[in-house]
Amino acid sequence: METVTITMKNQPKLYLEADNISPDKFAGKKASEIAALHAYEGREQTTLGKYFEIAGEGGATAADTRIVVKGDVSRVKYIGMKMSAGEVLVEQSPDMYTGAWMQGGKLIVKGSVDSFAGIGMKGGEFLVEGNAGDYLGAAYRGDWRGMQGGLIRVKGNAGSDIGYFMNGGTIIVHGNSDVHVGTHMEGGRIIVKGNAPSKVGGQMVGGEIFVYGTIDVMMPGFKYVQDEEVEVDGEKALFALYHGDTGERHPKRKGQIVYGKLYLKI
Amino acid sequence: MSKSVTDVICPFCGTLCDDLEVIVSDDGKKIEDIYNACAIGAEKFMHAQAPERVKRPRMQQPDGSYKEVSYDEAVEYTARMLFNAKKPLMYGWSSTSCEAQSVGHEIAEKVGAIVDNTATVCHGTTLIAVQDVGIPSCTLGEIKNRADRIIFWGCNPCHAHPRHQSRYSVFPRGFFTNKGHMNRKVIVVDPRVTDTAKLADYHYQVEQGRDYELLSAFRVALRNEPLPETVAGIPREKIIEGAEVMKSGRFGIIFFGMGVTQSLSKNHNIDNAIMLTKDLNEFTKFSIMAMRGHYNVTGSGQVLGWQFGYPFSVDLSRGFARYNPGETSSNDLLRRGEVDAVFVLGSDPGAHFPISSVKKIAELPSVCVDPHITPTSEISKLHVPVAFVGVEVGGNCYRMDNVPIEARKVVDPPEGVLTDVEFLTRVNARLDQLMGGK
Ligand code: SF4
Repeated sequence: METVTITMKNQPKLYLEADNISPDKFAGKKASEIAALHAYEGREQTTLGKYFEIAGEGGATAADTRIVVKGDVSRVKYIGMKMSAGEVLVEQSPDMYTGAWMQGGKLIVKGSVDSFAGIGMKGGEFLVEGNAGDYLGAAYRGDWRGMQGGLIRVKGNAGSDIGYFMNGGTIIVHGNSDVHVGTHMEGGRIIVKGNAPSKVGGQMVGGEIFVYGTIDVMMPGFKYVQDEEVEVDGEKALFALYHGDTGERHPKRKGQIVYGKLYLKI
Repeated sequence: MSKSVTDVICPFCGTLCDDLEVIVSDDGKKIEDIYNACAIGAEKFMHAQAPERVKRPRMQQPDGSYKEVSYDEAVEYTARMLFNAKKPLMYGWSSTSCEAQSVGHEIAEKVGAIVDNTATVCHGTTLIAVQDVGIPSCTLGEIKNRADRIIFWGCNPCHAHPRHQSRYSVFPRGFFTNKGHMNRKVIVVDPRVTDTAKLADYHYQVEQGRDYELLSAFRVALRNEPLPETVAGIPREKIIEGAEVMKSGRFGIIFFGMGVTQSLSKNHNIDNAIMLTKDLNEFTKFSIMAMRGHYNVTGSGQVLGWQFGYPFSVDLSRGFARYNPGETSSNDLLRRGEVDAVFVLGSDPGAHFPISSVKKIAELPSVCVDPHITPTSEISKLHVPVAFVGVEVGGNCYRMDNVPIEARKVVDPPEGVLTDVEFLTRVNARLDQLMGGK
């Protein structure tokens, strides 16, 4: 695996849209070619080389390419967008849309990510060691197909609207989340190991939400079913299972109504 | 002899009343009286007559004072500011005509600006919800003639849209509602006992920030599923009773305002309210409508939607339209320092935005186009006074139910004062020159 290291040298005055920072775009390119890739600051089309010092070269394919992003990237959007393979390591905290529409490979952020990280994600593994902003693993505006596959793991806390319109894949938040967990969720799994204040599973059709801590205010449309032992994130534990959201439409499968499942740790 | 101008529309709130009568002096220069308008609407016409009105553009000086400049200089400053910026914000658009909006969008497309209107701090969340789940709506005329279940959720038309209830929603006698308010049941959902709540048949005093739960609870009740004892501070029986009242009508309507669009859950509240409306259509006919504030904020959404596909927060910086409130919305842009110039027309962010955003406007190159002196004009580098749309110049406007109504001119603007369209057209032409010479 070849490694390309890019280091912030000139901070953008506004924000930098750098959707070319991905193994798919760096693969098969030399440092000078990577430096010539486009980026946008407002309406101005510039190059990555104007902002980043670039060392090393991409591997033959995306899967053979590893990118290390160094320096203050708090004004850089779209790192790892649509990446399908390979690896990206961000040492500090990038701005919005990190790992948006990610399809495969591995994306690790040592700091925190801002809002809209991992939106519309289809596959791959996305690890955030700090906190995440709002709309983590959610659908893009107006899209009814949110996250469809892959794994997002946040070691810290997450903001509101995580897993909005989620269809598949897994989101694990080790800390707390803000309001609106899995709103309009149709499939997949959200695990909040801390607390989730309220609006958990509102308008949920299918899928699973696990909350280990407390929910201050439950949605009215959840009815208790039974206690169940489930294996979550490699560990077995006992949960109280609720079905919901009963205010929402629900499809039938084999004559049985399919509900969204909300598990509260006992 | 004074003369009377009839069928004048009121350019103040989204009700866009079209039955005003204005008495003007013989020379057509002075408004003498206004009939049919509510107090706030009449005030708007009277403002145009204020003796202290600014009639020439003013440029802020380093010491904070203002110096009068010509319209030519104002056009030059505005065009250069937009030309030099990498990502200018062009905000407002809700208190002007669709014609002016259209010229503004042409400029925005040229300079790669972000176009945003007052929905961003108002009904933008509604527009997000509409995009997510659609909307079953109708016109105010249908409500007047048919509706017998009226729900005001998080809005207070008694004060914000004073003639709404008498013209359309509560009191008028319509074709199928010939007993006026006797035909109608009014439900108000509001944490406060507002004047609208006082005239309601049912007042649901919902806990602050729990509208989403209450909306869900109504939906659960409609499906005959079990409910907790209380939801959002409302006892279960009351919720079931409310659901029955809604179901039993022949035609129902939910009007909602900023009490739900800008409180906790924002777009999700509207999303759930729209889904409740859809659910109610299993039992009877039901519609839902946003109580839009500015008289032509709906028009701004219409023109933006027609030209770029999105109703507010449209980012044209990369030559194609993008839209993501939370990123491309004015307050996020200002707070985060994403824009490098601000152009405001037909709104007053200086009064409505949080102080962190207002400070940013004050720091950046900025132009405020507004007939009045406002908090925004006072912090902008350049203030360009213009004629009042709907008073001194006509133009197209959209009522809150998306019905277009042509505003009428009743008096002449003060000598030499440009209209929005004239000023924008000159800026647009100057930009063409600047860009041609690039
Ligand atoms: S209700 Fe609105 S549109 Fe009608 S007169 Fe009053 S302010 Fe004007």
